[in-house]
Amino acid sequence: MRRDKNIKLFNSEILKESLIEAIKKLNPSVMIKNPVMFTVEIGTIIMLSITILSFVSSESGQGNYVYNTVITLLLLLTVLFGNSAEAIAEARGKAQAASLRKTREETAAKLITPDNKIINVFSSQLQKGDIFLAETGDTIPTDGEIIEGIASIDESAITGESAPVIREAGTDHSGVIGGTKVLSDRIKVKVVTASGESFLDKMIALVEGVSRQKTPNEIALTILLASFTLIFLFVTVTLKPFSDYANTAVSITALISLFVCLIPTTIGGLLSAIGIAGMDRALRANVIAKSGKAVENAGDIDVVLLDKTGTITIGNRKATRLIPLTNVNEPEFIKYCLLSSISDPTPEGKSIIELGSMSVASSYQKDAESGKFIDFTAETRMSGIDLIDGKKIRKGALDAIAKWCNCSTNIDKEVVDYFERIASNGGTPLAIAVDNNILGVVQLEDIIKPGIKERFDRMKKMGVKTVMVTGDNPLTAKYIANKAGVDDFIAEAKPEDKMNYILREQQQGKLVAMMGDGTNDAPALAQADVGVAMNSGTQAAKEAANMVDLDSDPTKLLEVIEIGKQLLITRGNITTFSIVNDVAKYFAIIPAIFATTIPGMDLLNVMKLSSPQSAILAAVIFNAFIIPALIPLALKGSKYKPIGATALLTRNLLIYGLGGLIVPFGGIKLIDLFVSLFI
Amino acid sequence: MVNEYYGVILIILLLFVLSVPLGKYISKVFQGEKVWSDFLSPLEHFIFRIAGINENESMDWKENSKALLRINFIFFLWSFGFLLLQGEIGFLNPLNILNMEPTLAFNTAASFTSNTNLQHYSGETGLSYISQMLVIGFLQFVSAATGIAAFALFIKGILQNKVTNLGNFYNLFLKSCTRILLPLSFTLAIILLLNGVPATFESPSTIVSLEGDSVTVASGPAAPMIAIKQLGTNGGGFFGVNSTHPFENPNYFTNIVETISLAIIPIALVFTFGFLINNKKLSLLFFGVMTIFFLLFTTAAVKLETQGNPEIAKLGIMQPLGSLEGKEVRLGSAATALWSVSTTSTSNGSVNGMSDSMTPLTGGILILDMSINAIYGGVGVGFLNFFMYVIIAVFIGGLMVGRTPEFLGKKIEVREIKIAVLLILLHPFLILAGTGISTFIINNNPHIGWLSNPSYHGFSQMLYEFTSAAANNGSGFEGLGDNTPFWNISTGVIMLLNRFIPIIGAIAIGGFLASKKVVPFSEGTLKVDSVAFAVILLGVIFIIAALAFLPVLTLGPIAEYFSM
Repeated sequence: MRRDKNIKLFNSEILKESLIEAIKKLNPSVMIKNPVMFTVEIGTIIMLSITILSFVSSESGQGNYVYNTVITLLLLLTVLFGNSAEAIAEARGKAQAASLRKTREETAAKLITPDNKIINVFSSQLQKGDIFLAETGDTIPTDGEIIEGIASIDESAITGESAPVIREAGTDHSGVIGGTKVLSDRIKVKVVTASGESFLDKMIALVEGVSRQKTPNEIALTILLASFTLIFLFVTVTLKPFSDYANTAVSITALISLFVCLIPTTIGGLLSAIGIAGMDRALRANVIAKSGKAVENAGDIDVVLLDKTGTITIGNRKATRLIPLTNVNEPEFIKYCLLSSISDPTPEGKSIIELGSMSVASSYQKDAESGKFIDFTAETRMSGIDLIDGKKIRKGALDAIAKWCNCSTNIDKEVVDYFERIASNGGTPLAIAVDNNILGVVQLEDIIKPGIKERFDRMKKMGVKTVMVTGDNPLTAKYIANKAGVDDFIAEAKPEDKMNYILREQQQGKLVAMMGDGTNDAPALAQADVGVAMNSGTQAAKEAANMVDLDSDPTKLLEVIEIGKQLLITRGNITTFSIVNDVAKYFAIIPAIFATTIPGMDLLNVMKLSSPQSAILAAVIFNAFIIPALIPLALKGSKYKPIGATALLTRNLLIYGLGGLIVPFGGIKLIDLFVSLFI
Repeated sequence: MVNEYYGVILIILLLFVLSVPLGKYISKVFQGEKVWSDFLSPLEHFIFRIAGINENESMDWKENSKALLRINFIFFLWSFGFLLLQGEIGFLNPLNILNMEPTLAFNTAASFTSNTNLQHYSGETGLSYISQMLVIGFLQFVSAATGIAAFALFIKGILQNKVTNLGNFYNLFLKSCTRILLPLSFTLAIILLLNGVPATFESPSTIVSLEGDSVTVASGPAAPMIAIKQLGTNGGGFFGVNSTHPFENPNYFTNIVETISLAIIPIALVFTFGFLINNKKLSLLFFGVMTIFFLLFTTAAVKLETQGNPEIAKLGIMQPLGSLEGKEVRLGSAATALWSVSTTSTSNGSVNGMSDSMTPLTGGILILDMSINAIYGGVGVGFLNFFMYVIIAVFIGGLMVGRTPEFLGKKIEVREIKIAVLLILLHPFLILAGTGISTFIINNNPHIGWLSNPSYHGFSQMLYEFTSAAANNGSGFEGLGDNTPFWNISTGVIMLLNRFIPIIGAIAIGGFLASKKVVPFSEGTLKVDSVAFAVILLGVIFIIAALAFLPVLTLGPIAEYFSM
């Protein structure tokens, strides 16, 4: 079951649901959270009473009731458009969440009681700390950590990835997610979150807008918009005595229209939709953020720590060359290489078989099986095989092999040359020795992921410094760092090195992001400003992080950063657009109000709008309909281009600043042409 | 006429060129580097010892704000009391001028404490010589120094990294007096003296004119006061008609010197900012943004004034010297237009012609200039006002490049935004509320007798008065009968509110910024010294000022223009 990640921007179901929600949101106690639109709602109520007044008595001096009715409806529409923008964003989030929630439906669970009995319960009955059993074919009832056993698990329900993954107790891949399926083996799992409190539950609440809290940036913007609203409130309220002084009768309808047009309703109506859509985009990328703030912070990241293995390079090192010494017969050397690796379960060993070709290897299968395989240990730092005929083959690090050969003092110069050459090119050399003689060298190399260099270039242009973390020696690390295009590296990294690096960068005022999965990553994940834990990681890592990546894809950080930036940019652009729009609206409404008493004022009517009434109407209509016109932009977000801050600013200023200046002149003129047909 | 244009260009160029070295000098004073004026430090030490102040004690923003408010409150009480009782003091009062009426004394004390210098009295008949010196002249020094000290505290805030202290207000305050205002005023006073501006304690002399009338010619200790009036963006003249008076501004040369001196410190402080933060490009950019407005306003005003009054043109009368109503022939219409724009840009408020007589659109420009109140602005405070616009621009620009907004590595967050928008909001609020109330009163009492012109021009007079008070400018559309309790109290309150709330707000922002960590610059950071940012800044200033004031400008100056 793959989740549909591309829910269409609008579909009839979402629209219908949003419309109902938009009306429900008219409740003043809800509206007050959005000060800009709240004042529009109050304006609508005042207009409603004026309309009634003008209907009851035509001598009330409040003008034509039909016209007043139209303005009232337009104001109501403005509020509804704003509300439905939020409702649509929420509905899309809900749809997204619903498909996730399908995986959370009631399932059977095999609870292991303290006295080791197994009883069947429902998943919702599991408590934090309970232990349950999952066997082949079972659906895992809730999030947990494997405490015993190893299993292959199908996580496609959550991640959409069909290849099964291995999860094992005591490793960094011990976490299992509710809703995924055990394909083989049996595991004992400890429940780590109470029902309804898992990350997924939290995320669902966030995208549905229920528990969404305003981020600091959003609060600051709301304050700015509210203050603009206040300024325009002074402007319109004082316009009443001023126009009395000028012997110009200004109707309340005109004043309220002016007010609603001037206050930043466009961004006011779309603000929360933008925030929700940002969370939704994160979820679409299969990242569960614990708060909106975490997503926004991601946009500010200066430094990113990335593990080399799996992020920058593909999996593990691979053998790329088998090099016999000059006086050694090549086929024989290859034979020894293969013999030593057939029973070797390490990735390096397997890659030697791959390189030497399977068919040749299988012909040595018998010899190898009859021999005695010597495992790699951290102490000996070599592995090998003792054949029945007494031959002893070893492969491993040079110093270890040399010690084994008792030739530490006089290693063949050729061997040393090969070792140095391979190491300085970022490879890892292994020596192969048979019965105390070094016969040749195996070259292991890291394979850099295709496309990763482009991503790092992109980061550089965004102003983000990339740091590679690896256990390799500095020489190798440097080579790979250069090749992949990262800015810095931590070689021979111990877990505390990450932490120290983060602290050092933070001391300088930088924001640091990292991705991790192991328990020993947890402190660093907590310390980092944005910590993304892989879903396959341990519970400790997930607790410490502020985001969890369901795909366990280490390059996801880059996407998260872009989502954060996009969120801020969309807000900034629509704010600019909204405020700059006022210039045209002024030129529509001010001449309309004063044209009758101050004849020269018509010179300010630069759009040549047909009549004062149609001018005001056109401005109000434009003001209302620009909101739905921009909903797609609010939901999809402005494009982020990593072209440097100044270039980006120039670009956005041209589009949304200059555009915001020009578009309403055209828009209002067009609407006026249309409206004047009816007035 | 062409010569008059050259005169304007010369003054502007001299002004800009001279303000750079002055800016450098001020930055050295604030950094405690060696300067030639160090010979004054024993005097400063002496004053601190007498006052019992430890000038080296570094204080946080709250302590500094308290110090600033405390000392200014004392100044206010001193001047209010002195004016109320000036008639009781028996010396240096040759004309036996009486005690000031209480609401006028309140207005005057508020006006000079707040560096506004709105004058609802006339110097010749309203003040004794000793009041001129101990109240007016004194406050002109200390109110200017208060502004410069606030500026210095604020810049310190930007420079600090995770430290709460901003320096010592008293120290900066006294040094602003002794090292900046005193030497400059001394120099200017000598120049004025040499050109015929009086400085005497003798009583006014009486002459008999050719027509046989006896005329009293007012005189007094004018030259020193005129110097600080110009330099400290004060603007309150010794004589009622300010620098139109031949004793305040005798000739074209003194006019050049006085025009330069009224704007030089505000402009120099922009460069001081650049020297202090070690980013000359940014200070040039700020200077550039301000100057775009300044030149735009100046060009328009000079053009409008030199082309004459359209009503007179309708009568078929040639006006080769431009519109000369309310202007001095010895200064000419172009130089008067330049002075008017300079004085409203810098919140100085001194005049060398009558603003009331300017053509309508020039009047509108002057009002708009004061509504922005940050085109160079008042000494010290102008830059602080400008910075509030910068904060808004940084916030919007930061969002547009996808980063939490930051200025020179300091994150701009909710607290800073809150204060900045509050301060920006306060200005139009006070102006619109004041004008709204006075208009309401006029609407209901058409014969109250405030306005010399009841029509659109009368509206401009009220609007101008409140804008001038709120901007701490002090110039007036003099057609307004403003020495009444309503105008004295309302403008007095507005002057005090819009002086001290913005200063404290700015020092608070300085304090908040000081305690923040400096974030290093990266490729993704909004560059504030870029043209793109300058465009945002221009846009923010224009949008806020224009949108808030367009309706009132329409009803006043623009309506008057259209009905001509």
